[in-house]
Amino acid sequence: MGDNGGFVKKAMVIGGGIAGISASIDLGNGGYEVVLVEKLPSIGGRMLQLSETFPTLDCAQCTLTPKTVETGQHPKIKLLTYSEVEQVEGKAGNFAVTVRRKAGYVDWEKCTGCGLCQQKCPSKNPSEFDRGMGLGKAIYTLSPQAVPNKPVIDPSHCRYFKEKKCRVCEKICPVGAIDYEQQDRFVKENVGAIVTAVGFDLIPKESFGEYGYGEVPDVIDGLAFERLNSASGPTTGEIRRPSDGRIPKEVVFIQCTGSRDPERYMPYCARVCCMYTAKHARLYKHKVHDGQAYIFYMDIRSTGKGYEEFIQQGMEEEGILYLRGRVSRIFRDGEKVIVWGVDTLTGKKVEISADMVVLATAIVSQKNTKELAGKLGIKTDEYGFLTEAQRKLRPVETDVEGIYIAGCAQGPKDIADAVAHANAAASKVQGLFARH
Amino acid sequence: MDYLYFPGCTLYTKAKNFDQTARDCSLLLGFELKELKNWTCCGATFPLATDNIMALLPPSRILATAREEGTALTTLCAICFNVIKRTNRLIQGDGEKRDKINNFIEKHYQGDLQVLHYLEVLKQDIGFPQLKEKVRKPLAGLKAAAYYGCMLLRPFEEMGFDDKEKPTLFEDFLEALGAEAVEFPYKIECCGSFQSVGSPDVATECAYKILGSAVKNGAEAMVSTCPMCTFNVDHKQSDIKQKHSDFKPIPVFYFTQLLGISMGLDCQTLGFEQNAVDPLPLLKEKGLL
Repeated sequence: MGDNGGFVKKAMVIGGGIAGISASIDLGNGGYEVVLVEKLPSIGGRMLQLSETFPTLDCAQCTLTPKTVETGQHPKIKLLTYSEVEQVEGKAGNFAVTVRRKAGYVDWEKCTGCGLCQQKCPSKNPSEFDRGMGLGKAIYTLSPQAVPNKPVIDPSHCRYFKEKKCRVCEKICPVGAIDYEQQDRFVKENVGAIVTAVGFDLIPKESFGEYGYGEVPDVIDGLAFERLNSASGPTTGEIRRPSDGRIPKEVVFIQCTGSRDPERYMPYCARVCCMYTAKHARLYKHKVHDGQAYIFYMDIRSTGKGYEEFIQQGMEEEGILYLRGRVSRIFRDGEKVIVWGVDTLTGKKVEISADMVVLATAIVSQKNTKELAGKLGIKTDEYGFLTEAQRKLRPVETDVEGIYIAGCAQGPKDIADAVAHANAAASKVQGLFARH
Repeated sequence: MDYLYFPGCTLYTKAKNFDQTARDCSLLLGFELKELKNWTCCGATFPLATDNIMALLPPSRILATAREEGTALTTLCAICFNVIKRTNRLIQGDGEKRDKINNFIEKHYQGDLQVLHYLEVLKQDIGFPQLKEKVRKPLAGLKAAAYYGCMLLRPFEEMGFDDKEKPTLFEDFLEALGAEAVEFPYKIECCGSFQSVGSPDVATECAYKILGSAVKNGAEAMVSTCPMCTFNVDHKQSDIKQKHSDFKPIPVFYFTQLLGISMGLDCQTLGFEQNAVDPLPLLKEKGLL
């Protein structure tokens, strides 16, 4: 309990992506205790999957890792990773939050993070973090720089859980941290304010029948391209297509895949695709000099600082071919991926015999955002994004005092905007605490 | 159970073999196609102009007459199916159009008829597993490309025949007959349709791509549900051959012809004389004669 009539001056941040991390560090540096709840085994969120970021083309991990490390070591920040909010009671100043700490089958108190278990684990399964392209292990951390650097076991891939044999990780672990009997645990946290920063997802590429229902292996989504281009990704940063590992010489990028399509998919603009597609095409050209990048677009929306210049540089200096029009069909023909589209500026149909296609798929809300909003007593819009108290003047508050939103949980944002939004949420929390 | 049946003009002329084999197979499968009385041309294209009531009248009259005789109407030609089904849906959903049309044709049709394609009858009422059991001569070893064209599938919201991008109904049918259905990316592409009249080169190119894609994926024959498609992909093969010397003709069957073979119908009754590319050598090679 706090010292001011029971008002607890401690905050919970739900979601450990760049928004949640930024809010947590702000609050911690402001002198307040923070509990950061993240559903994955380590923090960093989507940004950790990115290779390089626009418009500066600096390495996402290089800019993010100092932040994740700072969060992990911050004396005021308590990390509850691999955890989800189960129940929320109370009101501003005194929320009682029950957090489910999911069973990871590894005793993190004992684990030293040596990584031997991951080396020796015999199972190989498509890595979700690498968008199904690389091979992961059943006992895993999300990245070599994971914070906390402690693994969990995924029972759906683990041989012991599936076939009741193996136990290699148990045998190899020098400190006896493996615990196949571990159960979910519940912990209670009393906090005075909650920042919800649960992030976003991408509409699955399997949604697009005209683009092959996700069954053409060399049609990938934007996050998959980030992984291909990432030094820590499945190809150690070489642009190699998934089907046969060859370097693609003709790559087609398609913006607005599922965005701005009110009849069939999402009516709204995902805000980041114009920029990240330009970035993808440029990064591709930096690595495959004799390759050709085509971008199908509807409009170019490059409204941030330095953004338009970034696009122009791609067009003028790097030879990226922009085609204004939509793509009606993609199919596999032998080793090639055939792209049928239209160039509306010349009024001509376009057929490109490509080696790889990258879809800038729409940003959608996380599928359990609505459920979490229900627990918090706050609203979501028709697309599952959290609703702010007022569209223009109260962008981080909700209808419930003491509960704030940050980042893409409220709607699509780029990193700079998500961080600004999180900074605003943290300052609102500090204002609330200062008033009591 | 008998099915009220709308043949359509082409099935009385260029595609008699389509009509006859469908009727013969039905009897072997235990039902009869009962021809609708006093039928007319369906109009051959579904009008897209919103004020074009006149073009909606022939299919509407067909529907209204059929409703007096039954609750479902079965079609064979993919274009007739498309025009009649879409007109039916329009009458169902648009009260104003319905009244106008009924005024013209002096009927009181409400759109409460089920419009079926013969393949749907086979799938829903007979069932492909049951069909498989009735097959007397499986088409073993025949690599056939199921060519849907566009009329069965689009517009998807109105036709609801199968998935518009990746349909499988036609392949499932061929597999039930014992054939090997060849997957090829052009199976849902347009054959060129009526372009074969005004811009024959356009249609020929469409057919060349469709056939080429099927052959590239291993097809020995193509199977069609539509006389228009058949005209472009079968009868135009001699034109294609003139333009593209590398082109190798392949026979194009109506799906009912293959059904007929598998049901043990005499080859003399399957109307192969109307097929442009002679299918007999292939059938002989596969031991299906």
